[in-house]
Amino acid sequence: MLAAPLVLGTAAAYLLLLFAVAAWGDRRARQGRSVVGNAWVYALSMAVYCTAWTYFGSVGRAASGGIWFLPIYLGPMLAMTLAWLVLRKMIRIANHYRITSIADFVASRYGQSPLLAGLVTLITVVGIVPYIALQLKAIASGYAVLTTPLGAEPAARGPWWQDGTLAVALALAGFTMVFGTRHRDASERHEGMVTAIAFESVVKLLAFLAVGAFITWGLFAGPGDLFARAQAVPELATLLTLGQGQPFPYAQWLALTLLSMLSVVFLPRQFQVMVVENVDERHLKRAAWVFPAYLLAINVFVLPIALGGLLYFGGRSVNPDTFVLSLPLAAGQPTLALAAFIGGLSAATGMVIVEAIAVSTMVCNDLVMPLLLRLRRFARHGDLTGLLLGIRRAAIVVILLLGYLYFHFAGEAYALVSIGLISFAAVAQFAPALLGGMYWKGGTRGGALAGLLAGFGLWVYTLMLPSIAKSGWWHTDFVDAGPWGIVLLRPEQLFGLAGLDYLTHSLFWSLLANVGLYVAVSLARLPSAREASQALLFVDVFERTQSAHPVFWRGRAELTDLLALAGRFLGAARARTLFEDYARRAGLGGFEQIEPDAQLVQFVETQLAGVIGSASARVMVASAVQEEALALDDVMRILDEATQLRAYSRALEEQSASLRRATEELRAANEQLKSLDRLKDDFMSSVTHELRTPLTSIRALAEMMADDPQMDVAQRQQFLGIVVAETQRLSRLVNQVLDLAKIESGHAEWRNSDVDMRALVQQAAQAMAEPLREQGTQLTLELPERVPTLRADADRLTQVLLNLLGNAAKFVPKPGGRIGLRLTTDAAGVTVQVRDNGPGVPEEQRSLIFERFHQGGDINHRPTGTGLGLPISRQIVEHFGGRIGLRADIDQGACFEFTLPWEAPEQAARDTGDPP
Amino acid sequence: MRRTLLPQRLTGLFGLALLLFNFPLIALWDRPATVWGLPLFPAALFALWALLIVLLAVLMEDAGD
Amino acid sequence: MTTKILIADDEPNILISLEFLMKREGYEVHLARDGQEALELLRRERPRLVLLDVMMPKKTGFEVCQEVRNDDDIRSTLILMLTAKGRETDVVKGLALGADAYMTKPFSTRELVQKVREMLEAVP
Repeated sequence: MLAAPLVLGTAAAYLLLLFAVAAWGDRRARQGRSVVGNAWVYALSMAVYCTAWTYFGSVGRAASGGIWFLPIYLGPMLAMTLAWLVLRKMIRIANHYRITSIADFVASRYGQSPLLAGLVTLITVVGIVPYIALQLKAIASGYAVLTTPLGAEPAARGPWWQDGTLAVALALAGFTMVFGTRHRDASERHEGMVTAIAFESVVKLLAFLAVGAFITWGLFAGPGDLFARAQAVPELATLLTLGQGQPFPYAQWLALTLLSMLSVVFLPRQFQVMVVENVDERHLKRAAWVFPAYLLAINVFVLPIALGGLLYFGGRSVNPDTFVLSLPLAAGQPTLALAAFIGGLSAATGMVIVEAIAVSTMVCNDLVMPLLLRLRRFARHGDLTGLLLGIRRAAIVVILLLGYLYFHFAGEAYALVSIGLISFAAVAQFAPALLGGMYWKGGTRGGALAGLLAGFGLWVYTLMLPSIAKSGWWHTDFVDAGPWGIVLLRPEQLFGLAGLDYLTHSLFWSLLANVGLYVAVSLARLPSAREASQALLFVDVFERTQSAHPVFWRGRAELTDLLALAGRFLGAARARTLFEDYARRAGLGGFEQIEPDAQLVQFVETQLAGVIGSASARVMVASAVQEEALALDDVMRILDEATQLRAYSRALEEQSASLRRATEELRAANEQLKSLDRLKDDFMSSVTHELRTPLTSIRALAEMMADDPQMDVAQRQQFLGIVVAETQRLSRLVNQVLDLAKIESGHAEWRNSDVDMRALVQQAAQAMAEPLREQGTQLTLELPERVPTLRADADRLTQVLLNLLGNAAKFVPKPGGRIGLRLTTDAAGVTVQVRDNGPGVPEEQRSLIFERFHQGGDINHRPTGTGLGLPISRQIVEHFGGRIGLRADIDQGACFEFTLPWEAPEQAARDTGDPP
Repeated sequence: MRRTLLPQRLTGLFGLALLLFNFPLIALWDRPATVWGLPLFPAALFALWALLIVLLAVLMEDAGD
Repeated sequence: MTTKILIADDEPNILISLEFLMKREGYEVHLARDGQEALELLRRERPRLVLLDVMMPKKTGFEVCQEVRNDDDIRSTLILMLTAKGRETDVVKGLALGADAYMTKPFSTRELVQKVREMLEAVP
């Protein structure tokens, strides 16, 4: 055993540490470096699901029922598989509409009904009080175990003012108040609290694993040994199977699974951390599997601890709920026991804090505020921010005190687990209304009310009352024999449905009535305008972005009224800032310029909902403005308009996209045209230049000769010679241009004959002999002996040869040039190669040389010629079905080559006139 | 969300989990046998649970936005 | 005193024509067949005026013009550009680069002689 002051001291120290962690979390949040904006923290905060129940109750359950402790954790596994679908929708809705609690969610969905809000809150409070009591009980008994010598009777509980548990309850209330009620806007996250919760999750996991490891490998020789010994004992062996003598236990198994599946979302603390405190939807992706992994880890040692305890303590009456503490103590590990106690304390405090905050928010916004606002005193004026804070704090204290009272009066009757399950069954009643509201537009307020009332009523009747009776506070007659002796109405075998355990039985009837009435009453009439509009906003939340919200509101409002209203609940300064932001987002100069339209009213209402709940917000806004009642048709029309608007904007987007595409195409086409134009310009200017150059000499010389009839004869002869030569040059050029134009447009004349290529080549070489000799260029011929004839236009082919030879002559070094002219034949046709030892054609120009107007050399230093020779040659060669090109495998110089097939293509044959 | 298979896969995983953890499949393990020294029923449940977590993790980490 | 004139053109026939023409008018004529030679002669002989063709190998008429204007020694040489290209842009470019006058080919011999005389008389 441990000394009481040690235990108390450690506990206090731990709570202070928690306090520090929370303070740090809050400070980081204020600095903008939030700790909470992290998927791991989010996932760990979900582990607040594991309370003292997990720590003590699970082991106790395992000790008496074996594997039956597990379904409570399988349910969350199931729920998390759908988390990305369902939870995400909830988070989205909660974010959009500033929803801060389950009550708010339900109320908001069904037309901001204060009645629904109040009912949900009431159910929650009633359902949660036992659960809180459970935590207090766990702490109390844990403390007792640590400080009482083993086997001795625990000290009798003194009068309540000496009851340590009361102190614990009050301490927790204080802690919760500090961290839960600092801010006035409840939709601001409690970052400090979430940080502390995540920290606690780590502590409790580590502590539990430590104890488990100790017991498995410290007290026994590992899991194999432990289980072997357990199976040796018959009573223990049955714990390891499901049956345990019960006929058809599977219904109960399923019920527990489904129950926990619902509770992991609908418990107030779960809703708070999962939905309200969520910072980023995408964190769900990580949390969806990390949270179940956590649950698996914390449950791995439950069976070993339970069995270990049963084996170790043999027949001694040690409460299995406390094995986690008593085993280490008995085995001489007081430190470990203390650590385990801290772990359990951690689990309990985590639950209590979050639960208290969540429930107090609900109580304030959805129970107290609507009632207060009915009183004219409050409805008119006054700054209510302080009042809101006060109500919340009071609610926290009250809840915890209620928990303490339940613990004091009723806590001994049931094992911990049973108490917890009763709470689960209570919050499960929210499922039809909430889930139905998210997916079914037909759910109405009436349906939700009817379902909730029926479900809750049956829960009270079949679970709550019997539990109170069995604790000794009520005679148990009505449980055993039915109220007024009516057997059919026995609470635990309602309408004669026997064979189910009390929990499954209750769950069955309550949910049946709940869902049945929800659907039936909803379908009884059409939804009202308000219900329909809210239904649309909720169910279609994924399809609506913030900007495309249809605003379901008609009426008139004054800007000053709205500002004053906001100020009452948010504080004047805060309200003003909000309005300024709104103005800025709308692109206006200042908030005075805001148009008090439906959009603004909805904005104000949403902001208020974050503070006082949507139902009260609705009431307050309605009082500040003049609203016109919306009929269902109006809602439909607004919706249609919104849909049309979206369709228009989408069509507009498509149009502008296609317009952009068209503009792009036009621009590209324009670019092409311009470059073609440029080409044409270049061509024109080249041709012009070429034409004008000989013309210049001709004109100048002719003028000079005309001016001077007495010119020297020799001089005159020289000049005339030049004139003649230039004229010829001019004609040549003109002919070339016309030639190319004719060939390209298909109007050229072709005079085909049987051509002897060998002779043709020789003739061409002959024609060039003189000019080549003059410039010192050597021409070599390589010709086969005989060459078959070819059907082609001899003149044209000569033109090609002369062009190639002329080009080669232009570029070879002078003197020292060498040109090789080679003729070969093969099965396909004839090949002619003209090779020179000039500089060759640079890489980048290889593909360009056959383009019109392209000339070798660079821009400014063009050799003579028009750049038309090669294009014409290509046209000619291709006309006869051949190919012309520049060989790429030559290192130095250039080698032009063209081939002509033996068989002329049809085109050439057709173009021929009469054969010669 | 419409364009991916994710919602359907998740629903499938849910269904799988529901089936694996309940009658009749669960009855498969409900007998006093041992595997590697561990009792069959709890071991099987935990193993299946771990498997489901892994599957869910794969689906979730790969999920788009 | 005979005025020195340089004629720069890569077309031999044009050189012949212009040479005869300028000699007939009584000027001392030097000939250059490309831009490089033109610059050398400009620096060596310091003619008062140069008939400058645009399309020449080694250096174009534009380049020669630029270099002349950047060289203190020969900056004051009168430049009359001749080209077969008649586009607006070329005229503007030439004048911008510092040519004093511009004539397109084929020119009238009478007009050319007139222009040269005017240019020489404008500068003492």
